[in-house]
Amino acid sequence: MIVTFTINGEERSATVAGWESLLTVLRDNLGLAGSKNACEQGECGSCSVIVDGANLCSCLVMVGDCEGTTITTVEGIAHGSVLHPIQQAILDEGGVQCGFCTPGFVITAAHLFAANPNPDEEAMREAFSGNICRCTGYGALLRAFDRLAGDGT
Amino acid sequence: MTVGTKERVAAGIGENAPRPDGVAKLSGNFAYGSDLWIDGMLWGATLRSPYAHARLVELDITPAVVMSGVRAVLTQDDVPGRPTFGQVEPDQPVLCDGVARYWGEPVAIVAADDQETARAAVEAIIVEWEPLPPVTDPDQARAAGETYRDMVIRRGDADAAGSVVIEGEYETAIQDQAPLGPEAGLAIPDGSGGVDLHVTSQWIHIDHAQIIASLGMEPDDVRCHPVGIGGAFGAREDISLHIHVAMLALRTGRPVRIVYDRTESFAGHVKRHPARMRYRHEADDEGRLVKVTVDMVLDGGAYAHTSHAVLANASFFTVGPYKCDNVFVDAAVSRTNNPPAGAMRGFGAVQVCFAYESQMDRLAEVLGLHPLEVRRRNALGPGDPLATSGQIVEGSLPTLRVIDELESIPMPDAAIPDDPRRLPGGTGLTTPKDAVVRGVGFALGLKNLAFSEAFDDFSEVLLILTPAGLEIHTAAIEVGQGLVTICEQIARTVLGIEAVAWLSADTSQIGSAGSTSASRQTQMTGGAVYEAAVGLRDKILQQFGGDELTNDGVYDRGELVATLDAVTADGPIEQWVRYRHPPTEEPDEFGQGNPHAGFVVAAHRAVVDVDPELGLVRVVQIDTAQDVGKALNPQAIVGQLEGGIAQGVGFAIMEELIVEDGVILNPTFTDYLIPTLLDMPDVGSRLIEEPAHWGPFGAKGIGESPTISSTPAVVAAIRAATGRPLNRVPVRPQDIAGV
Repeated sequence: MIVTFTINGEERSATVAGWESLLTVLRDNLGLAGSKNACEQGECGSCSVIVDGANLCSCLVMVGDCEGTTITTVEGIAHGSVLHPIQQAILDEGGVQCGFCTPGFVITAAHLFAANPNPDEEAMREAFSGNICRCTGYGALLRAFDRLAGDGT
Repeated sequence: MTVGTKERVAAGIGENAPRPDGVAKLSGNFAYGSDLWIDGMLWGATLRSPYAHARLVELDITPAVVMSGVRAVLTQDDVPGRPTFGQVEPDQPVLCDGVARYWGEPVAIVAADDQETARAAVEAIIVEWEPLPPVTDPDQARAAGETYRDMVIRRGDADAAGSVVIEGEYETAIQDQAPLGPEAGLAIPDGSGGVDLHVTSQWIHIDHAQIIASLGMEPDDVRCHPVGIGGAFGAREDISLHIHVAMLALRTGRPVRIVYDRTESFAGHVKRHPARMRYRHEADDEGRLVKVTVDMVLDGGAYAHTSHAVLANASFFTVGPYKCDNVFVDAAVSRTNNPPAGAMRGFGAVQVCFAYESQMDRLAEVLGLHPLEVRRRNALGPGDPLATSGQIVEGSLPTLRVIDELESIPMPDAAIPDDPRRLPGGTGLTTPKDAVVRGVGFALGLKNLAFSEAFDDFSEVLLILTPAGLEIHTAAIEVGQGLVTICEQIARTVLGIEAVAWLSADTSQIGSAGSTSASRQTQMTGGAVYEAAVGLRDKILQQFGGDELTNDGVYDRGELVATLDAVTADGPIEQWVRYRHPPTEEPDEFGQGNPHAGFVVAAHRAVVDVDPELGLVRVVQIDTAQDVGKALNPQAIVGQLEGGIAQGVGFAIMEELIVEDGVILNPTFTDYLIPTLLDMPDVGSRLIEEPAHWGPFGAKGIGESPTISSTPAVVAAIRAATGRPLNRVPVRPQDIAGV
């Protein structure tokens, strides 16, 4: 089957069997390797994407169900070469180490702050509880999100 | 001549210089091993043993070979060179040699046109096993003489006795590094019989040596290239798919890619050694250690890997950062059919820290002393002999200061929080606020810096100054910790030049940088960059008659005498170094001598809230004072401290690979629990700057310390809250609830 969707503002199509995960199609068919495959069972959030406004683990989404959807991946967050304030805050606070979880945190942050520009710390901890980071211990990420909440970004 | 304005170079040492790879990682454009792709490549897959110990009765690859789209199916008979590999002792078959010795041992490998076909071909292989009884008890294996190494330490007077005796038995389970990036590799035949390997690694030169041996090829025919690494923590210090992917590429003449899935990753890399430790501390009435006697066994699993060095660390750091004149250790690392163990952050120092800090707490309790007071009275410092080897501590070791600084960090609000998300059990709403008991615990940890025991430990760096700036050429591996950032900072500060670029080199272009492990790269590759930069600077200043180098060029007594363009007018200027740390020695047969290049110490304080009935814990706050030598990038250091503490918290209360009859029962992220932001406490950090006696600007490697003593601090806090003995980590709900 051919599945057609809008990814990062651009209409894209892919010839697929239909049962593949959205993650696999993003990475292997569409050349969007920013979303990462770390567990393939929806535990780590490294493959987070926004599909029609919902923050989903793309490893758990069957691509056949994505016809006509609007999808945002990590590649669609920056404005050209200028980092989005979320990305800039994570960079400034030292929230990137190995970076494998980073796309997922960027997406979850974009989703959270779009819905709630001023989350308190507990709301932030809860919002990111589906994103595992093995390197940073989350401190720098939390400081970045705190700053964004303070900015009302 | 013109007079310029000299300014201190930006983004030098001591600053929070941003990561050069940060923008790419934040934008999804950074290429990790699992992102590598080349048109026309084949996909590899691996058949693994379903048993921890079994004889291979029949292996028939024919059904896979005849499948459409399958390009190669290889077994041990196809290994062109040495049939085994191993970093220290080549004892592991590249592919099963007729007996599988651990669950998940590779048996056959397949290359096919796509991943589904490769996996289907693996399923199609006919394999018949005769299960054998697995050896799973490390004590039994030790008794049978099945050990990779035995260590004996005899220091002081065996008849020495203290008035206070503390005995305890401790156990640590298996922790997995669980780096988010899976094992991944791409092998590309070069068309003239050789191969280029792009594989996730912590040390490409040690990989290279093992790969060429098993491929039976000349060094020049195989090139190992650094790739983007999604975390490591020791999991990538040993070979995983390297030889397999190269064999498939050479056999098919086509590029081949292998990427492990998560379960295969759990099976496919070494783990932290589980340990059983029997301790006897004897002290005087003041709490000063008189004698420490230890017997311990680590479980090395099915193959040797780095077990010998892990055991050495466990043995030499068995007393911790404390003085004691009489120390007797018998230690062994056993060969079993459990998952192979090897390097993980802390490398032998983690297991014993849990034991010796538990002992120190009990000693304090018996004597009615504050836990930190008993540690103060025994604190090891510069000029003191290490309790085990007798090696005199050179350079800095601020044990007393880490204790003092730790105490200066404010405690959290004493009130138990109202928000259920801050209570044990969280949003499960299992725990009413008034059921919560708070506890506070402390721990200190000691670690060696870089490789020990006479290992020829070095790092090579080539600096090239061009009109565009400075290039750093090295094979050192950045795993996320910030090595690239700090090496660039070091070069900027020494040379006064801001435009610095890190250029990863493959094994054909430069010699080894050594392993990204053992808290060594800040001092080793950082030290190499420092030494090369000093050499380059002095050469330029001498040639152009100046006394200072800056972004503008060479100055002499404040006057610009040559611009950078003029300096490089005759071509790039190069400086190569092979940097070594001070030499270390093999210990004698009783473990005595000078096996270490230096030491680093840290202290942790944990505050926990516990629901004693349900056995649930929420870690409220962990504070740390860390010996850093010199903080080259404070933000990067805090990132290491917080990240290491997260792994320490995980090991204290969550992270355990559960193994039954040698089989891992929980090789997924659903069942192997890693702390999330909801589990992670607030962290307070103090960095203690007392320069090391070697390395750039006195900096010390700090990557492992935060993982070593954070675990026992959490357990001590749970003990303080509950009164339970808790002699095993991770602490499970049933250990707290007493059921």
